Amino acid sequence: MMTTPVKPEIQVVYQRPDSFTDLTTHYCPGCTHGIAHRLVAEVIDEMGLREKSIGVAPVGCSVFAYKYFNMDFVEAAHGRAPAMATGIKRVLPKNTVFTYQGDGDLASIGMAEIIHAAARGENITVIFINNAIYGMTGGQMAPTTLPGMKTTSSPFGRDVELSGYPVRMCEILATMEGAGYIVRRSLHDAKHIRQAKKAIRLAFETQERGLGFAMVELLSSCPTNWEINPHEALDFIAERMVPVFPLGDYKVNEELKH
Amino acid sequence: MAKELLKGNEAFAEAAIRAGCEGFFGYPITPSTEFLEHMARRMPQLGRAFVQAESEVAAINMVYGAACAGKRVMTSSSSPGISLMMEGISYIAGTEVPAVIVNVMRGGPGLGNIAPSQGDYYQMVKGGGHGDYFPIVLAPASVQEAIDFISLAFDLAEKYLNIVYVIADGNMGQMMEPAELPPMRELPKEPPAWAVTGAKGRKPNILSSIYINPPDEEVTNIRLVKRWLEIEKNEIRFSEYLMEDAEFAVIGFGTAGRVATTAIRAARQEGIKVGLFRPITLAPFPKEQVAEISRRVKRILVVEMNSGMMLEDVAAAVQGRVPVEFFGRMGGVTPFPDEILDEIRRVAANKRPVNWNARAEWIARLEQIVAEGK
Amino acid sequence: MPVKGWIEVHDLHCKGCALCVSACPQDVISLDMERLTPKGYHPAHLIADGCTGCAICAIVCPDAAITVYREAPVHPQKAPASA
Repeated sequence: MMTTPVKPEIQVVYQRPDSFTDLTTHYCPGCTHGIAHRLVAEVIDEMGLREKSIGVAPVGCSVFAYKYFNMDFVEAAHGRAPAMATGIKRVLPKNTVFTYQGDGDLASIGMAEIIHAAARGENITVIFINNAIYGMTGGQMAPTTLPGMKTTSSPFGRDVELSGYPVRMCEILATMEGAGYIVRRSLHDAKHIRQAKKAIRLAFETQERGLGFAMVELLSSCPTNWEINPHEALDFIAERMVPVFPLGDYKVNEELKH
Repeated sequence: MAKELLKGNEAFAEAAIRAGCEGFFGYPITPSTEFLEHMARRMPQLGRAFVQAESEVAAINMVYGAACAGKRVMTSSSSPGISLMMEGISYIAGTEVPAVIVNVMRGGPGLGNIAPSQGDYYQMVKGGGHGDYFPIVLAPASVQEAIDFISLAFDLAEKYLNIVYVIADGNMGQMMEPAELPPMRELPKEPPAWAVTGAKGRKPNILSSIYINPPDEEVTNIRLVKRWLEIEKNEIRFSEYLMEDAEFAVIGFGTAGRVATTAIRAARQEGIKVGLFRPITLAPFPKEQVAEISRRVKRILVVEMNSGMMLEDVAAAVQGRVPVEFFGRMGGVTPFPDEILDEIRRVAANKRPVNWNARAEWIARLEQIVAEGK
Repeated sequence: MPVKGWIEVHDLHCKGCALCVSACPQDVISLDMERLTPKGYHPAHLIADGCTGCAICAIVCPDAAITVYREAPVHPQKAPASA
């Protein structure tokens, strides 16, 4: 047989996931919320879960998350997404139920709901965006704000004597027996974004395999309220946030390791 | 089915199960706890959802989630717990999904006590949570009525995509009396079209109470008000006793109305032509019926286990046509029939014209009663 | 021959944040200062040959605005070993 010349084939290497709607997000330019949204949509597409997924949007910058995902969604009260997800999952156990929450929502006002959802081993997936600040209300101190970090409600820098220390959610939730998968990843460069996507996939697999509560914490940027440009904001994550919120696997159910 | 001797809270819970309740989310609180305990035993047996939540805040948000999934769901609590639920209740109202909430009321404000009260009238009837919404409020006066109204509550909640409260008090929750439970209803095969169940073969369903653009929120508010007007037109419920020839009317709901029944019977023995009007729907309030009564009686006595809350709704309906007087006990104290009989005698003998400050006159009498150690 | 790739930037979604510009390993993306998107941003675009279709720009894009294409490398079909 002779070798035959072949016309170069055009491959699509990357395109907008099907689980995304065509709407442009309301997020500020360079905000990594959009990356987190996209990763969730990609994982849902790849696992074929779109038609049985029910998302729970939070209060915070991602309050309109339901507009961007092409799937059933509800909108929770501030901090209550894990309780709402519990209600949905308990009456529709075959559906895939996930929450998408920021740090004010999950680590401050919703602390009780997230801890008890984990303690009960609710079979839900939680995507937790930690950008160390309240974005939607205009840059106030969050429970995750770094010591010394200036915000509109810690204008002289977070004084730990006055307002305490950052809350580390993965470390807390990893102590819960009901938790199946608790990890922290970052969105500050392509390599870490790829790792974040793998983690999100495992967090959904935890749910599909009935292995309990799963949470992926994603270190994210807020260029607008940090008052730096999007590129510098990614550097801020790598240089300032990662030392306070170490990346890693805090709890991984043995069955997920195979 | 035959009548059995049933304990209030347990009977209410069983009634909810038989009405097709597929999810119960609650938190223990006296005097409502037996409701949750009954659900804890029965719901798992039937393969239905039961969660003892970490707080009433979480419980109502679980109800919110499960209601969005299109299931018959509910919670039960008592006054302080209901206060904690108000956030979620407002969200449920704003999202226009059905939910049934049983409030076994106790004495307050604050931690108060665990004795029967009707002090949550304003909170229940006037909304309680933030924003423009209108809950339906059903007030049973016996274990049997509570059983019946819990089934009705689910039907109304689904028909109008509305919050329905069934408000009992510690008396009804704790008492045992003969009552009959309904047969088990079949569960619906298909979820309602609006529910979030996974967007398979259809466009996504989004359930939210957010309308960031004020004109959109106003359109929603208009829809809610029109729905409420429809509810007012269709769903007024009340009970009357010896009202046909009555010259005096006692108006009371729930336990207060029930205690008044005994007093009215005794007053009739004395020749006082008095009858009882007992609103069953506190919201929508039977305004026209109360107005009609005020055209044919000489005086009205409102009896409540609070500081005169329904009194204001009665007065608004009466519009000064006849004097409206008030008697209430508060703080978890249930009035005795004798006390109400004394009040009926006093009202029947009172010839003074319209009294605009029934509450002030009553509080002076009540202080006297309390001072005498009654 | 190096793999040839290219990108399409969706005007409606691109907000000109320039994260793709700094992430591109080939240094072939910049913001188009001559043009504005309907939302008023300067969109990203390719400025030179050299795109390999590695998709790093799309991975860091917060707005899923970038579609990445690549010409599949053409391997001459080998004759079966027995022939």
